[in-house]
Amino acid sequence: MQAESPAVHFLLGRFTLESLPIHEPILVVTFLVVALLGLALVGAITWYRLWGYLWREWFTSVDHKRIGVMYLVLGIVMLLRGFSDAIMMRLQQAIAFGGSEGYLPSHHYDQVFTAHGVIMIFFVAMPLITGLMNFVVPLQIGARDVAFPFLNNFSFWMTTAGAVIVMMSLFVGEFAKTGWLAYPPLSGIQYSPDVGVDYYIWALQVAGIGTTLSGINLVATILKMRAPGMTMMRMPVFTWTALCSNILIVATFPVLTATLALLALDRYLGMNFFTSGLGGNPMMYVNLIWIWGHPEVYILVLPAFGVYSEVAATFSGKRLFGYTSMVYATVVITILSYLVWLHHFFTMGSGASVNSFFGIATMIISIPTGAKIFNWLFTMYRGRIRFEEPMMWTIAFMLTFAIGGMTGVMLAIPPADFVLHNSLFLVAHFHNVIIGGVVFGMFAGISYWFPKAFGFRLDPFWGKVSFWFWVVGFYVAFMPLYLLGLMGVTRRLRVFDDPSLQIWFVIAGCGAFLILLGILAFLVQIYVSIRDRERLADVTGDPWNGRTLEWSTSSPPPAYNFAFTPVVHDNDAWWDMKRHGYSRPLAGFNPIVVPRNTGAGVILAALCTILAVALIWYVWWLAALSFVAAIAFAIFHTFDYNRLGTVAAEEITGTESERTRLLAGTAAP
Amino acid sequence: MSEVSAAAQPDDKRVFYLENEHPHADGGSTALGFWIYLMSDCLIFAMLFAAYGVLGGNYAAGPSPKDLFDLPLVAVNTSMLLLSSLTNGFAMLATARGRVAATQLWLGVTILFGLAFVGIELREFAHMIGEGATPQRSAFLSSFFTLVGTHGLHVTFGMIWMATLMVQIAQRGLIEANRRRMMCMSMFWHFLDIIWIGVFTFVYLMGMLR
Repeated sequence: MQAESPAVHFLLGRFTLESLPIHEPILVVTFLVVALLGLALVGAITWYRLWGYLWREWFTSVDHKRIGVMYLVLGIVMLLRGFSDAIMMRLQQAIAFGGSEGYLPSHHYDQVFTAHGVIMIFFVAMPLITGLMNFVVPLQIGARDVAFPFLNNFSFWMTTAGAVIVMMSLFVGEFAKTGWLAYPPLSGIQYSPDVGVDYYIWALQVAGIGTTLSGINLVATILKMRAPGMTMMRMPVFTWTALCSNILIVATFPVLTATLALLALDRYLGMNFFTSGLGGNPMMYVNLIWIWGHPEVYILVLPAFGVYSEVAATFSGKRLFGYTSMVYATVVITILSYLVWLHHFFTMGSGASVNSFFGIATMIISIPTGAKIFNWLFTMYRGRIRFEEPMMWTIAFMLTFAIGGMTGVMLAIPPADFVLHNSLFLVAHFHNVIIGGVVFGMFAGISYWFPKAFGFRLDPFWGKVSFWFWVVGFYVAFMPLYLLGLMGVTRRLRVFDDPSLQIWFVIAGCGAFLILLGILAFLVQIYVSIRDRERLADVTGDPWNGRTLEWSTSSPPPAYNFAFTPVVHDNDAWWDMKRHGYSRPLAGFNPIVVPRNTGAGVILAALCTILAVALIWYVWWLAALSFVAAIAFAIFHTFDYNRLGTVAAEEITGTESERTRLLAGTAAP
Repeated sequence: MSEVSAAAQPDDKRVFYLENEHPHADGGSTALGFWIYLMSDCLIFAMLFAAYGVLGGNYAAGPSPKDLFDLPLVAVNTSMLLLSSLTNGFAMLATARGRVAATQLWLGVTILFGLAFVGIELREFAHMIGEGATPQRSAFLSSFFTLVGTHGLHVTFGMIWMATLMVQIAQRGLIEANRRRMMCMSMFWHFLDIIWIGVFTFVYLMGMLR
């Protein structure tokens, strides 16, 4: 128990100046770079007097579109951090041969691989998919916002708070050295007495609250707020995948919350859930965390499947092949994803019967997934395919994901898994499906919906540069890991003895460098697109000849999304409207009720961040204070009954006639 | 949801948007959203029940349920919570009839029963800890204190919620927003009742049978 530790200062907890990593040159340089960039950013915002604008229009916004964009920005920023960890690992493993220790000491290297996994899953992939769903789903279902707009803002700031806590661990104290799921007993207080695991626990708890609430919000939105005529079987496939993904969020993130709470009780109060003594059971943690962890990968990949479905239909100029089977496949995957968690630890020794059940259940998932692949292929078949950037990502996904799926079925065979468990083959497999499935899908989605969000396209040249570096880089980086895994190399190793392995790690390092160029090209693409926004502008609101409702409104959409709520007659509602002589209403607008912006989400999330940091450093007085403050502020917020505002009919008329003018401009030669 | 039947419209007369729609009633999704939240909370309890199911027999040579549980006291405690649900139901009936004073009265009574429940629970905890049956003593006790304590924390938050609602009803009366809050609060309170039935059955009654 912490009370036995003499180092806990009553005011500062266990924080001392030695908690600052001033003796580690890599971290000092990183800190200086981050601090300089941060100062430059803050300075620029101050110089251009943007704080007020950012606060009023973005940070406090309850508009699902702006919150979606903020999620995407968070995901892209954290991608840079997570990728820095990746390239550090690749460099370490490429040079730590022949007696060399490499350049990362073990306690640093262990933090790097832990932070890489945690950041990439929780603070890159999750914000990216949540951002896309937030932005797209209300537009696709013809709604004006999500069901609970304030909750949406709060969810975003809780996710951001989690990211802030993880980033803080880089420079104040340290992060967990346990691997991304922090298995006990290693993550217990006995073997990890430092702040690292506590940073891990509280970052994920804070972000997890945000994710659960945003899941509840989007499920309620999809079930309750669809436009008239949009039955469940007329919902766009992206909305279907978002529904299933958010149901999984609600069905699994509480499991993560409970599991990490039990780990925290072990660490903070000396309880015995996952300890090796006094009746604790470390293997229960492994079971519980994977009951969350396996559905989590489907939470990530289902919306990506939805993106591919939208993109394949749009850029083939055809209705999606097999809509019904696509929906059923999605639902079946949703259900099966909850029944396969044990395949992550066949080697635990549950016995042949249990392993067989979970192995077979896992293999069955490949059937609906395969059906989806065929549906996409048949959508393209005899279509008039346009090889724009989103379509290129989709094709790269189908090729790459098929390989990852096959290695997944290999790992699902328990006897094979006994050989491949915890090897680099596994590492290659899940990077294959997460990069080839989720990351490619996010790039497809970002390039597909970017013109909707901002009114201009992303530059296609730099998009293609990024695409080719990413795809080639992925294969160069991860195919060697399959080979190394088959040769028996296990994951998370820092130094190697066998010199014959080095060439493969060098090749993998080159692949990571190519991916770095892909990421840089993506950043250049964003810069060039903003610079050339006049050239890339789209005033039609429908740059790709789209099929679903989001393309029926302007780009960027007005705050109220639709001047009149659309009525849906077909799966491809907008396509149907275009085919049946829809003409935009130009007059007769009614006032629209929209929620007001509020700073409550920012303040509440900030209080939760302080609470988390206080708990991490054992600063008990601050923890108590911030906890009471958070509760009090939440109660105070409920006394605000006046949360709605109205967009006047005149304002809508003004916005809509401005659009009419722009549309007329495009019709002219 | 859809009052417009798409198939009924001939192609050339398709209606593509609602010209005169009613502005959406604020909070139309609240009941569903709150239900989904309750289900997510239910999963947290499911995990705690699962942990108790796995670890509940691991006494580590320490005290077992038979040594610790005082069933008559737990029965009294259970009746406190069940009665609080009943009075909560009376508060909801008063709300439905638009009676502010009766609503306040029954909310107050519910809080008193809730306080009695938490008080008895804390006394039970204190007694156990006094006998050396601390949460740290064994995995059984860790999972017991966590499951029962999490329920108790929920009850405490429910009481804070009710007190807040009493102030808000005093300020604004039983307006639409407050009725909605009453509905959510009562769902929360009955949910905790159901969880307690599980605790009483699986932890206390079956614990005595182990």
